[in-house]
Amino acid sequence: MKLDHSQPLEYSTDQNRLNILGFWIFLGAEIMLFATLFTSYFVYEDRIGSGPSGADIFEITPVLIETIILLTSSFTIGLAIHAMRINRTKAMTVFLGITLLLGAAFLATEIYEFNHYYHIGATLQTSGFTGILLTTLGTHGAHVTLGLFWGAMILIQIMKRGLTPQIANKSFIFSLYWHFLDVVWIFIFSFIYLKGMM
Amino acid sequence: MEFFERFAIPHPSPLIYASMVAIGLVSIAIIVGITYFKKWGYLWNEWLTTVDHKKIGIMYIISALLMLFRGGADAIMMRLQTAVPENSFLDAQHYNEVFTTHGVVMIMFMAMPFIIGLMNFIVPLQIGARDVAFPRLNAISFWLFFFGAMLFNLSFVVGGSPDAGWTNYYPLASNEFSPSVGVNYYNWALQISGIGTLMTGINFIATILKMRAPGMKLMKMPMFTWASLLTNVIIVFAFPVLTIALVMGTFDRQFGTHFFTSMNGGMDMMWANLFWVWGHPEVYILILPAFGIYSEIISTFSQRNLYGYKSMVWSMVLISLFSFTVWLHHFFTMGQNAFTNSIFSITTIAIAIPTGIKIFNWLLTMRKGKIRFTVPMLYSIAFIPLFTIGGATGVMLGMASADYQYHNTMFLVAHFHNVIIPGVVFAVLAGFTYWWPKMFGFMLNEKIGKWAFWFLSIGFCLAFFPMYITGLNGQARRMYTYSEATGFGPLNLLSFFGAGLMAIAFVLIVYNVYYSFRHSPRNVGDDPWNARSLEWATHNPVPEYNFAVAPEVKSSEALWDQKKHGHKLFNKEYEEIHMPNKSGVPFIMGVLFFIFGFSFIFAIWLGVILSAIGIFACMIYRTFEQDHGFHISVKEIKETEEKFGGADK
Repeated sequence: MKLDHSQPLEYSTDQNRLNILGFWIFLGAEIMLFATLFTSYFVYEDRIGSGPSGADIFEITPVLIETIILLTSSFTIGLAIHAMRINRTKAMTVFLGITLLLGAAFLATEIYEFNHYYHIGATLQTSGFTGILLTTLGTHGAHVTLGLFWGAMILIQIMKRGLTPQIANKSFIFSLYWHFLDVVWIFIFSFIYLKGMM
Repeated sequence: MEFFERFAIPHPSPLIYASMVAIGLVSIAIIVGITYFKKWGYLWNEWLTTVDHKKIGIMYIISALLMLFRGGADAIMMRLQTAVPENSFLDAQHYNEVFTTHGVVMIMFMAMPFIIGLMNFIVPLQIGARDVAFPRLNAISFWLFFFGAMLFNLSFVVGGSPDAGWTNYYPLASNEFSPSVGVNYYNWALQISGIGTLMTGINFIATILKMRAPGMKLMKMPMFTWASLLTNVIIVFAFPVLTIALVMGTFDRQFGTHFFTSMNGGMDMMWANLFWVWGHPEVYILILPAFGIYSEIISTFSQRNLYGYKSMVWSMVLISLFSFTVWLHHFFTMGQNAFTNSIFSITTIAIAIPTGIKIFNWLLTMRKGKIRFTVPMLYSIAFIPLFTIGGATGVMLGMASADYQYHNTMFLVAHFHNVIIPGVVFAVLAGFTYWWPKMFGFMLNEKIGKWAFWFLSIGFCLAFFPMYITGLNGQARRMYTYSEATGFGPLNLLSFFGAGLMAIAFVLIVYNVYYSFRHSPRNVGDDPWNARSLEWATHNPVPEYNFAVAPEVKSSEALWDQKKHGHKLFNKEYEEIHMPNKSGVPFIMGVLFFIFGFSFIFAIWLGVILSAIGIFACMIYRTFEQDHGFHISVKEIKETEEKFGGADK
């Protein structure tokens, strides 16, 4: 394994560089995945059948909380990668840990929100609109859940093995993923919630 | 007992019971055979756990050939059923199941894996790489495809096959009109193998962008590599659409949502749109690599460089872009306004332009060439006029107003078989024959190959050209029978006869493999076809590490440069070669995905949960695994190279 010391640790081997490129391509596929969901959402948005519309069920408070939490977590994962670049493992683990906690808090709020929808009769089966709403939000939520487990595994590896080129690579890729989920959330916030409440 | 009732076939027939027995006997025979010859260790160590792109490519091709016979049996059954009017060989329900599985198997589990298999074997060699970018992921891709295909085939004997066509339109595919678990099989088999295909796409884009030999700029890649690159870009952008469409379909059927229903805001046309937003690019996923294969073969056997390299590349780029803008032409008659139809009509017909450019480039490549009529070249030459006929009828279908006449008739069936068979099937057979010595170190027999070619080409014309006529006369597709008064009888009988000739051709092709394995000479050298591109610069069969020394190239025809212009490909000394370790995890993940899909189809939630935990356990194992691969020493490389008698490489 040849290390290229002119590059940051996560880019230092051939395989690392390939991994990062490969993950960017994967994110391209993810963009298509969410683009399909958003397109479907716009199609079903007004097809509410006998069920409620977006304006009837959206609540600003949990949505704002989710948004603030997720944006903050995107900031802290950025700090974690910055700490990794200046080789401060301790700070990195702390920021990564905070990111994961914020992710868990986001998820808890989202579960509360889903529970609320369920109780006011907006379930997966209610109408085309509620179905696509919950599928879109659920796909994003499932990504966050997967990210929590993934991040936790990386955290354990950093604590056990320290910052090797491989682990730096995984952490960096994880940060790309996390930022991507944040971008998707911004679209969800703007084009699902704000548009629906207006 | 109640638990097991769900696995029963809802609409059984003696034929299905006979296949059950046949499947059981064949499985037992395989297990006994492997045990008797003590090959379990060999199978596990050399194949099931391999991450070598060459072996994975070969496994893709073997699976594709098996599926070719499965899909071919379906085709023969359909032609037999419609050979004479009022036939009662199959009833309507069975006919529905047979044309559905024929379509899905041939597109998803025959054509695509065949293409991906060739891509796996050839692309890393054409760019001078040791392997693909992510060898382990490549193995996962293969096993997901393989177990997806197995899951789909299981539907035939456990629970019932899908019966709503390979396009699976709703509401026909809903629980109401398709009450068996068949469409669930469709959803999960395609989902699982689709995830595998998506990973292949990511893998090959990274490989082609980052792992080319020094000197190989993008515009100096061999044409098959270019075609593969664009194909994989299409895969990455098209398959996520299918993923979502299948999830929505699964939710509708298994969780009672209202995406594609006609109540509570559901919209069945949404499925048709999403399906074809994936489905139309999908047919270009099949045809672009085929174009690449033809480009390689035509230039090799015309003994001239490929005419119009740049226009070849740009026309493929255009086709890739257009492929996402034409999906609506699959349902011109389903309720859009005239303006919308016109737009899609124009984009559809526009695709004929870049495709036409390619046809002329191939013709001009052959012009003044010293053409050698080998089996791969015969397929390529037959492809040009036959594909042009298919393309011209495609333009006819592309005219929205005229499409009202052709839609849903045998004319359409004739058209798409006319592009897929001479386009894709001829291409993979040509590529299979052309690259066979690369894979196994001996040639396929030319004489048997030519017999197979003629049987296939003539059989194809007899099978499908009559459908143009019956279609224009109004024979609807997907109808299991017709009355004698329609007058469709004689032409359909001719079709059946043609299908029989094609079946003989495929048997001949398999016999050729056996015959050549027994009788072909083994010392064919490294360059039996007098070829031009880089994959022929290493040995036949290819050693584990592909190239002993990384090649340095200066054009798209690296080997030709070496042979004719004295360009030296291999300038460096031997160095230790780093190789990835093999792993059983991809195979285990494939099995787990199979169990996951199967349990989900029958709503056995315990199986779903346990297999999902298993899949995540495999992923966690992978992230903690410290796998740095192994090294092949210089001594070992020298020994291998001497065995091949090529000290200069």
